[in-house]
Amino acid sequence: MSTPFYVSPEQLMRDRADFARKGIAKGRSAIALQYADGILFVAENRSPALHKVAEIYDRMAFAAVGRYNEFENLRIAGVRLADMRGYSYDRRDVTGRALANAYAQTLGAIFSSGGEKPLEVEILVAETGATTADDQIYRLTYDGSIADVRGYAVMGGQAEQVAEYVGEHYSEGISLAGALRLAVDALGHDSTEPRELTSDQLEVAVLDRTRTQVRKFKRISEETLARILSESQPSADIEAATEEAAANASADDTPAVTAVDDDDAPIAPPEDPDDTRPL
Amino acid sequence: MTFDASGRLPEAFLTPGGTSFMDFLAGHAPDLLPGRRSLGQADFSDQVPHGTTIVAITFAGGVLMAGDRRATMGNIIASRDIEKVFPADEYSAVAFAGSAGFGIEMVRLFQVELEHYEKLEGTTLSLDGKSNRLSALIRGNLAMAMQGLAVVPLFAGYDHDRLGGRIFSYDATGGRYEETSFHSVGSGSLFARGALKKLYREDLSATDCATVAIQSLIDAADDDSATGGPDMLRRIFPVIGVVTADGYQRLPEDEVATLVDAAWAQRHERPDGPVSASLT
Repeated sequence: MSTPFYVSPEQLMRDRADFARKGIAKGRSAIALQYADGILFVAENRSPALHKVAEIYDRMAFAAVGRYNEFENLRIAGVRLADMRGYSYDRRDVTGRALANAYAQTLGAIFSSGGEKPLEVEILVAETGATTADDQIYRLTYDGSIADVRGYAVMGGQAEQVAEYVGEHYSEGISLAGALRLAVDALGHDSTEPRELTSDQLEVAVLDRTRTQVRKFKRISEETLARILSESQPSADIEAATEEAAANASADDTPAVTAVDDDDAPIAPPEDPDDTRPL
Repeated sequence: MTFDASGRLPEAFLTPGGTSFMDFLAGHAPDLLPGRRSLGQADFSDQVPHGTTIVAITFAGGVLMAGDRRATMGNIIASRDIEKVFPADEYSAVAFAGSAGFGIEMVRLFQVELEHYEKLEGTTLSLDGKSNRLSALIRGNLAMAMQGLAVVPLFAGYDHDRLGGRIFSYDATGGRYEETSFHSVGSGSLFARGALKKLYREDLSATDCATVAIQSLIDAADDDSATGGPDMLRRIFPVIGVVTADGYQRLPEDEVATLVDAAWAQRHERPDGPVSASLT
C-alpha cells in the first residue's frame, strides 16, 4: 500500500493561486476608470466579436481578463441573475453589490474546492450611481477575494505596471476624452518599451449616467474611438518611442522631452448628442 | 426561484444554454412564467380586469400604436387610466387587449426576453424574430385563454432591413399575422377598424396618424361600452407610442392633449367624426 504524499493546505492553495495567476498573466490588460459622467472601460482586445467588456444591466457592466470561456460563462450567469432579479422584483433592485457578492462566492467556492480547477479570470463589476461618489467598482480575483475600488482599476497580465502609470496621471473628475487617452497610454505602458495602441486593438465602452435611456451602457465604435484619439496626443514617451521606430533609430540625440500632461482639454463631445440610439 | 444559501451562483446560471430568458425560467423557476398556474375549471372573464382597444398604424418611416385607458371587469370600470402600450425594446412597441394582469406580466416578460437576448448575443433580434418570440409567449398562456383570460397583443416595430414600420397581430393560440397599413385589436376593434379604413391614407404624417388613431378610438368608445373615450374632465388621454428609425418614443402628454382637443372640438360640430373626403 502506497502512502499518498502529504501536501500542506498552504502549499495546495499556493499552487492553485500560481496556476490561476499564470493563466491570467498571459492575457492583455483591461482598465476601468471613473470619469466625470460615468465609468469608462478600455481593454486591449484584437477581436471585434469576443468581448471583454459587456453590459449586465441598466447601470451595471462587466469587464474581465483571462480565459474567455470561463469569464464568458460568468458574464452570462451575471446577466441571468440580474434579469431574473429585475423581473422578480424591480429594475431598481438589481445592484452591483449583490452581483459582486455572487461572483465572489462562486469564484471562492471553485477556488477552494478540490474537484474543480481554479478559474483563470479576474473580473470587474462596475455600477454607476447618480454622482461620481455613488459609483461602485468591484474587483474580483480568481480566489473570490473582492475589493471595492475607487477611481480606477486595472487587471490582467501587466496590471501593476499599467496601474502605476494610471495612478501617476489620474485625477478625479477627468473628462471622457482625457480618461480615454490616459487609459490607452496606460495600456501601452505594459512593458519597458511603451507602445501606441490603435483603435482597432482596443475595446472601449462606457457606463454613461447622462444617457437618457434606462440602460446606461454604450460601446464606443472604432470610428468614434479613432476620432477621439486623433484629437489628443499620446504621452511623450510613447510618441518618442514611435518616432524612434519610424526614424529607424537614427542616432540623433534629441533632448529629453518634458512630460506633456495628458490632454484633458475640452474636445468635441465623444458622441453625437442627438444620437440617442442604444449601443 | 432559488438563490443558493451560500450566495454562490446556482448551477443553472452557469450551465451553458440558450439565449431565451423564458426558456431559462422554464428550467429554473417555472413558477415565474405565466401560463404554468392551475386555475381549476372556472370562467374568469367577468372577474378580473380586461383591457380593451388598441390600434396601430404605419406611416412613411415608422409605425404608431395607440391604446385607450379603460379596463373593465364585467360591467364595472376597473381602471380609467390603465396603460396598455409599452416599448418592447428600443425599436418596437407592444400593446395588449384582454386580461390586464396577464397582459402586463406578458409585456414585462417580453421586454426582458428581448433585452436578455440582446445582452447575451450582443446583437438585437430581427423584427420577425421578436414577433415570433411573442407568439411563443402567448402559446404558453393557452390554457388560461380558454378560461376567459386570453391576452391578445399587438406588436409593431421599425424594421431596419426593410426601412419601415411593420405590424403583427396575434390570436389567443399564438397565431401570428402580419398586417398591412393598420390594425386594431380588442373589444372595440371592429368600430376602430371601420374608422381606420375610412381615415387612413398612405401619405399621412406621424402626427396625422396620431389624429387618425385618436378618432378611431373615439369611434370605438362611442359604440363599445368597454372602450374608454378621452376623459375630458380628468384629462386622461390615449397612450400613443411612435417607433421610427430613431427608436421608440411616447408622444408627450401635451401633444396628445392638443390633438384630442382638436378632435373633440370637431365632434361638437359633427358627433360622428370626420367624413370621408369623397365617395368615388
